[in-house]
Amino acid sequence: MDPIALWLPIVWAAIIGTAVALYVVLDGFDLGLGILFPFEPSESRRDVMMNSVAPFWDGNETWLVLGGGGLFVAFPLAYSIIMPGLYLPIIIMLLGLVFRGVAFEFRWAAKPKHELWDIAFAGGSIVAAFMQGVVLGGFLQGIEVKNNAFAGGPLDWFAPFPLFTGLAMLAGYALLASTWLIMKTEGPLVEQARGWAKWLLLVVLVIMVIISLWTPLAFERIAERWFSWPNILYLSPLPLLTAGVAFLCWYGLSTGREAMPFFSAVGLFLLGFLGLVISNVPYLVPPSITVWEAAAVPESQIFTLVGVLIMLPIILAYTAFVYWTFRGKVREGEGYH
Amino acid sequence: MEFDAVLLARIQFAFTITFHIIFPSFTIGLAAFIATLLVRWRITGQEHLHRLARFWTKIFAVSFAMGVVSGVVMSYEFGTNWSHFSVVVGNVIAPLIGYEVLTAFFLEATFLGIMLFGWSRVSPNLHVLSAVLVAIGTSLSAFWILAANSWMQTPAGHEIRDGIAYPVDWIAIIFNPSFPYLFAHMFTACYLTTSLVVLAVGARYLVAGRFLEEGRTMLRMGLGMVAILTPLQMYIGDASGINAEKHQPEKIAAIEAHWDGNKPGDLVLFAIPNEEEERNDYEISIPNGASWIITHSAEGLFPGLKDFARDDRPPVIPVFFAFRIMVGMGMLMLIAGWVGAWLWFRGRLWTTKWYLGIAQYVWPIGFIAILAGWYVTEIGRQPWIAYGILRTADAASPVAPSAVLTTLVLFVLVYACIFAMGIYYINRLIEYGPKGAAAATPQALPSRPLAVASDAAHEAMEEK
Ligand code: HDD
Ligand code: HEM
Ligand code: HEM
Repeated sequence: MDPIALWLPIVWAAIIGTAVALYVVLDGFDLGLGILFPFEPSESRRDVMMNSVAPFWDGNETWLVLGGGGLFVAFPLAYSIIMPGLYLPIIIMLLGLVFRGVAFEFRWAAKPKHELWDIAFAGGSIVAAFMQGVVLGGFLQGIEVKNNAFAGGPLDWFAPFPLFTGLAMLAGYALLASTWLIMKTEGPLVEQARGWAKWLLLVVLVIMVIISLWTPLAFERIAERWFSWPNILYLSPLPLLTAGVAFLCWYGLSTGREAMPFFSAVGLFLLGFLGLVISNVPYLVPPSITVWEAAAVPESQIFTLVGVLIMLPIILAYTAFVYWTFRGKVREGEGYH
Repeated sequence: MEFDAVLLARIQFAFTITFHIIFPSFTIGLAAFIATLLVRWRITGQEHLHRLARFWTKIFAVSFAMGVVSGVVMSYEFGTNWSHFSVVVGNVIAPLIGYEVLTAFFLEATFLGIMLFGWSRVSPNLHVLSAVLVAIGTSLSAFWILAANSWMQTPAGHEIRDGIAYPVDWIAIIFNPSFPYLFAHMFTACYLTTSLVVLAVGARYLVAGRFLEEGRTMLRMGLGMVAILTPLQMYIGDASGINAEKHQPEKIAAIEAHWDGNKPGDLVLFAIPNEEEERNDYEISIPNGASWIITHSAEGLFPGLKDFARDDRPPVIPVFFAFRIMVGMGMLMLIAGWVGAWLWFRGRLWTTKWYLGIAQYVWPIGFIAILAGWYVTEIGRQPWIAYGILRTADAASPVAPSAVLTTLVLFVLVYACIFAMGIYYINRLIEYGPKGAAAATPQALPSRPLAVASDAAHEAMEEK
């Protein structure tokens, strides 16, 4: 294979992987706040929770558009199989995002009668997070393909593994959100969040172990990837590193650190993501279509790659600028609008 | 008509994009309006301009949120509903959408945070800059999505191999033959739509005798734009039609309900096009008028619908009527703008009760015109999804009709609820007006105490 045809799809897969990872982490703590919402009845603390992400959520969600759009740009074939293949979970996820997105604006516009939008925010976030997990699970489980098109049924995703990953996503996002609250808020809410975070960390670790056992047992190719020699040697640092990061998170929670729990929770997510990538490389539509088979023509990939190389650093810079502008803690009683 | 996945996918796409475009039509213009207010405030120091900017920013935030969430849905529908479309033209269309994400969506979504919550967190100049960047972002977004859509109308710069479109020349793809017209027409339409809303709100306050200073500013700014942009828009629309004649003659034949290409076209003011018998019923028309408009000669000929095979023709009735609705709305805008300008010129604008009384109801006509215009463009392209390359009937995803029907029902329920509440809240914000809490600085996070104090002082001064 000539080097361009070999490397371009790899570069694009890396770009999309980065977008998805950034999305999961960034929108993860937004969505997690919605998941935690029902557990925090006080209105003023709910205000604080929402205010802590209000300036960011839209930018965060845009990484989802880049992930989906990037797939369309670089791998139209994969896009045309995955989207119909996971039709219902994707559309229901989008509808969940609709509710939680408008709730940011509608909730304050409706005050003092905002209960409905509390429910919309929590419900939308929970549905969206769960369905993202289902999409992930459905994708890992494999999509039925014939003649380069989706050939399965509309409910293929309704199976134990995707439903389990759906629940896993809920727990993971809630962990991110509770550590975010520890970092961005103060007072009783932090105490509360620390309590949540400890439980959630344990749950997430159990889930990670279950998925690490379930996937190789259920899918031969994944067992092959991890347990054949010498892969097992090269890959063994990953579980060790995960254990170390989990310990840091626990340690940060127990010693009252502010930022350490959040960043180690992010680390856990990224390591989990890396693990899934390792399990599935080089398939873009497991277990049948590889990144090379799904790639768009080089003309299209290069044209957009130029844009990515120029724009991505700029985007990251101004994103960082906005986070920096709104640094510091959100206090109770500070109005949203 | 068979109740199949293609039909359902079309209904679903038409429904979701119709919902989506309502908000960009308003936010593209409103972002620019707010940025203008803020720049004018920085230059002149007039406080009421700042108050107005803060007031419209609230409304902008509600509308923008609805635009964003419905837009994210759109970006996935290419894959979920039109997967074959994605394969056949993905190499060409997808990079344009990719550039939209990279240059426009991130810019607007990120600086939106500062625009909404940065009032007292960043310096006034930086805040104004953020508003300007959001306005630039929304315009760039219109640029790229219209590049994609106009390419679907008049594809260029590509070659077809094994039934799949491959890019050859990106400049030719982006600046395809219909792009300049569609972009200019849509962009002007957005500014017009926003101006009409601003005009109507200003009139509403003046009629009610509230917020007179702000109301006058709004009326002046809205009216000036409408009076100038409407004729411009008519000119661009005309040019767009003449251009479409060259590239999509079926569309123009349907717009004009022109059946027989061997005769000059009449300008049909009203008719019920009869597709079965290939003629117009109850026609009222100006002889040779259409030939005048399109070929600039009373005897000029242009193709009629009979020149095309039946299954290559777009549906005539919706295109024909949607076009007349759009032009009719344009006429109303012209009347609203020029009558108002004349009153203004005579110095009677603030006292002419009947004009203000009517002007407060002009806000929907821009939206109606935009939707009608898009229906002309999109239905006029049928039966093609990408003109001459792929038929809509062949573009759909292999998804079970039951799944599409389920999501269609969900979309209708969810959007109806969101739309009703959104309109209700926007109306409530307008009713409340640019005062007190509605114009107060929004604070998501701790702000500089000084700024808060100075705002409180302003508020106290307003009370007097
Ligand atoms: C002429 C303008 C225009 C048109 C024809 C469309 N859009 Fe749009 N879109 C916008 C103008 C816009 C806009 C002005 O940029 C947004 C930002 C907020 C809003 O209200 O509209 C928007 C938001 C928006 C978003 C969210 C961006 C964000 O996160 O900030 C997405 C993903 C899309 N759109 C995608 C689409 C797709 C796939 C379309 C076609 C099928 C489409 N839009 C038609
Ligand atoms: C923004 C305003 C727009 C409106 C109101 C609009 C409206 C519509 C309508 C009513 C249809 C259905 C036509 C029919 O089936 O008879 C349609 C079809 C379609 N349009 Fe648009 N459209 C808009 C913009 C766009 C843009 C920007 C794109 C792509 C970049 C696009 C892509 C499509 C596609 C893929 C179809 C599918 C074919 C079909 O449903 O028949 N549209 N649109
Ligand atoms: C009164 C004079 C007008 C004329 C002669 C006119 C003409 C046209 C034509 C021929 C098209 C179809 C273009 C194509 O598909 O190739 C079109 C589309 C459209 N029109 Fe108009 N138009 C007029 C007024 C307006 C007004 C007042 C608005 C809105 C405020 C508007 C909004 C649109 C939109 C949004 C489209 C679809 C997409 C686009 O062309 O950008 N038009 N118009």
